[in-house]
Amino acid sequence: MRARPPFVRSRRMTIINGMLLLVIVLVSLQLWLLTATMNAWLAGDDSVEVPAAVVSLVCLGLNAGLLRYLTR
Amino acid sequence: MIDPISKGQIRPDSRTTPPDGRPHRLQPKWRKDFPIDTGQDEYVSRRELVKFMVLTSGAFAVGQFWLVVRSLMRRGEAQPPAAPVAEVGELPIGGAKTFHYPEGSPPRLLVRLGENRFVAYDQQCTHLLCPVVPAVKEGALHCPCHHGWFDIETGEPTAGPPRRALPRVLVETRGDQVWATGVEEPQT
Repeated sequence: MRARPPFVRSRRMTIINGMLLLVIVLVSLQLWLLTATMNAWLAGDDSVEVPAAVVSLVCLGLNAGLLRYLTR
Repeated sequence: MIDPISKGQIRPDSRTTPPDGRPHRLQPKWRKDFPIDTGQDEYVSRRELVKFMVLTSGAFAVGQFWLVVRSLMRRGEAQPPAAPVAEVGELPIGGAKTFHYPEGSPPRLLVRLGENRFVAYDQQCTHLLCPVVPAVKEGALHCPCHHGWFDIETGEPTAGPPRRALPRVLVETRGDQVWATGVEEPQT
């Protein structure tokens, strides 16, 4: 049985550009979360830190998963 | 100059054979990171950018958990012990003085509103930390830097850029002295 040929350059670039876009969106979401949480924390609101940290961790997990797919 | 790729002389996926002649997968990491061919180089630069973005993502997640830790630490903090901050006769009605409570804190502002009525707040504006000044006749504290206004009775922002209330220092009169008994962080 023949091994599957690797993606040609144009397809690989499309895939990596799509991944890069997704990672940028997730990182932007994290940046927004951090600034919003910091604002709430400085105002004495302690109720949003934990949910925001969980969402941020999920974003990091997704990003790390995409990176793993890319580098394997 | 005519591009050799568009001219069909070079295939876009062509890979130059490395000098040692071994296959690409057996090449050292440094050679994989600095490829000879344009196509491979573009791929590596995008991949490195993704790596950098994931590192940034990790930094944001760490920052988020740092806030959780700080929040837990803040909940566990006990109020500082009560301390005298002024003599009652020291301030005329409408007068003000700065003090530090507890020792080493940011400056606080004590304002006398009536015969036996005192209020105290952080002196730093919650917008950009400029010192606020009392405007007792207007019933306000005023930040002259960006024209922020706070209600002198509650510390809530009433006009201008500030969006958060001034932290309040709890004060009471004991004999002829004014004592600070605690600090109240504003609630949203």
